[in-house]
Amino acid sequence: MGDPGRQGRFGNYGGGYVPESLVAACRQVEEAFREAWPDPGFQQSLARLLAVQVGRPTPLTPVRRLSAELGINLLLKREDLTHTGSHKINNVLGQALLARRMGKTHLIAETGAGQHGVATATAAALLGLAATVFMGQRDIERQALNVYRMRMLGAEVVPVETGSRTLKDATSQAMRHWVGATEHSYYCVGSVIGPHPYPWMVRTFQRVIGDEARGQCAAELSTAVPDYVVACVGGGSNAAGTFAGFVDTSARLVGVEAEGGAGAALGRVGVLHGARSLFLQDGDGQIVEAHSIAAGLDYPGVGPEHAHLRDLGRARYVTVTDDEATSALVRLARTEGIVAALESAHAVAWVIRAAGAGELPPGATVMLTLSGRGDKDVSTLKELA
Amino acid sequence: MRLEDHLRSRRAAGRKLLMPYLTGGVTATWVDHLRALADAGADAIEVGLPFSDPTLDGVTIQEATDAALARGATVRGILGDITGFTDDVPLVASTYYNLVVRDGPERFCAALRDAGISGLIVPDLPLDEAGEAADAAASVGVDLVLLASPATPQPRLAEIARRSRGFVYAVSLMGTTGERATVAESAATLASRIKGSTDRPVLVGFGISTPQQAVEAARSADGVIVGAAIMRRVLDGATPDDVGADLAKMRRALDQERDQP
Repeated sequence: MGDPGRQGRFGNYGGGYVPESLVAACRQVEEAFREAWPDPGFQQSLARLLAVQVGRPTPLTPVRRLSAELGINLLLKREDLTHTGSHKINNVLGQALLARRMGKTHLIAETGAGQHGVATATAAALLGLAATVFMGQRDIERQALNVYRMRMLGAEVVPVETGSRTLKDATSQAMRHWVGATEHSYYCVGSVIGPHPYPWMVRTFQRVIGDEARGQCAAELSTAVPDYVVACVGGGSNAAGTFAGFVDTSARLVGVEAEGGAGAALGRVGVLHGARSLFLQDGDGQIVEAHSIAAGLDYPGVGPEHAHLRDLGRARYVTVTDDEATSALVRLARTEGIVAALESAHAVAWVIRAAGAGELPPGATVMLTLSGRGDKDVSTLKELA
Repeated sequence: MRLEDHLRSRRAAGRKLLMPYLTGGVTATWVDHLRALADAGADAIEVGLPFSDPTLDGVTIQEATDAALARGATVRGILGDITGFTDDVPLVASTYYNLVVRDGPERFCAALRDAGISGLIVPDLPLDEAGEAADAAASVGVDLVLLASPATPQPRLAEIARRSRGFVYAVSLMGTTGERATVAESAATLASRIKGSTDRPVLVGFGISTPQQAVEAARSADGVIVGAAIMRRVLDGATPDDVGADLAKMRRALDQERDQP
């Protein structure tokens, strides 16, 4: 999981399939990132924000009761304990610092569950930037709490009424808006999707999850490296950041997708939102709408690097159902006192299923990134109860 | 005849080029609209192959796309509808790259050629990624049109003009497709810059809505592309005759401008 080069290629995937009007803007972002990332001043600013604002490093929590029930050794990387409640803030602070360094005054973002939108609104407030967040109308309805949070933080939330009115359409609308606003605006992409350099840059900013977890596993486990590293995958940013810390170890990497949004497990090669990757599509090549109870997994594709990891066989992508995810959420809450986000609960659900099926051998060590906390999902779950 | 040869010969005859756009399959009788546009003085017609996620289109063409897809329009169906349409007015397909990748560029371009289409516009396929599609198009005699934008810097602009086939599509403004009250100032600047580096025809598109705007935009270029203004009328129920009459007004305005130096 290295530098994908100027063309942004991960094997056959990635690239920069953007309108000519955005080519210069994407190059500008790439140049700025290539210049900023090795700069000790930039690293210092980011490290300080991650420490004093986000609360990094986040803990690695051994979950004793659930582990005992499952007959495995499960460790949770607690991104749910970050400021704003999910891993999204890691990436956003990096990009917001970059935007400010580039002289941009305005952040544009798309959001599904609202976590990336909240993180963007937070970073904008913190760094004195304006923020416009595009969000599908359907997501606005099911994640109302996050909409209030974004507005309270001073961001403009723009409802997107087209298509499936979820993350896919919010992303399209953010790109349309950016075409007309490149001079002052920076497009802060929330996942490892989009045109080069975003998949690479977002993974690089999220890598802090995997790097911290690797060190914490070394301290916690007699084997130093866990047998399995598991994370949920929508576009795949928390998984990419997690995997990056373990890709050169013997750990088996498992990405868990929602059954109705399984780009990596079920998608076909295509081009959407600037990248060649795997997307759910019909026989005519029309993108199919994803369906998941977790708004953050409601994306019909997956980041190009995940497509590449899948082809290489280095990571495996599996799916769980809405019901499995909600059951896992409740079980984790009742055994460990942790209310996970519905997205993260998908990863927990796979571990529960795999342990039950004997796929995870007894005593296996499993490091799972709990990407976010579930406060935002309480109303969704209440309706199911 | 090749698209580019056709446009060059029309230009050589002293004519400003007019290329209307129509979303394929937008209504059951869309081919009648296509014929009306051909009869009203189009030099070529852009036929949109609807894609579920048109990221460079504004609300009007998004709506037309949704309408076509809701009717069950497919690439195969649209190509079937236009097979044998006419040799006099070249058709140029436009779509997003996912539909090209679906069957592979070779098969996709061959299908275009078999349906009598002579050009292809792919707005999310910039120069850097265009190699495979350009080869596939060239091998079957379809002209792959590249787009230039006001943000395109100079050495790149010359390369786009060099590698484009058919014509060079000058995107008039930094934004999506759709009607605008005025022609962007960036239109004339961009068209002149492209004209300075190629003798290939240069057509200006995005936000050209009225005969007056067409005349204005065509002054620095070889012609104009008109999309959303036509699709707005089609979506509002305009008949083929209505749409033909609209385009004829634009045709007359462009011709009068030529006749009154």
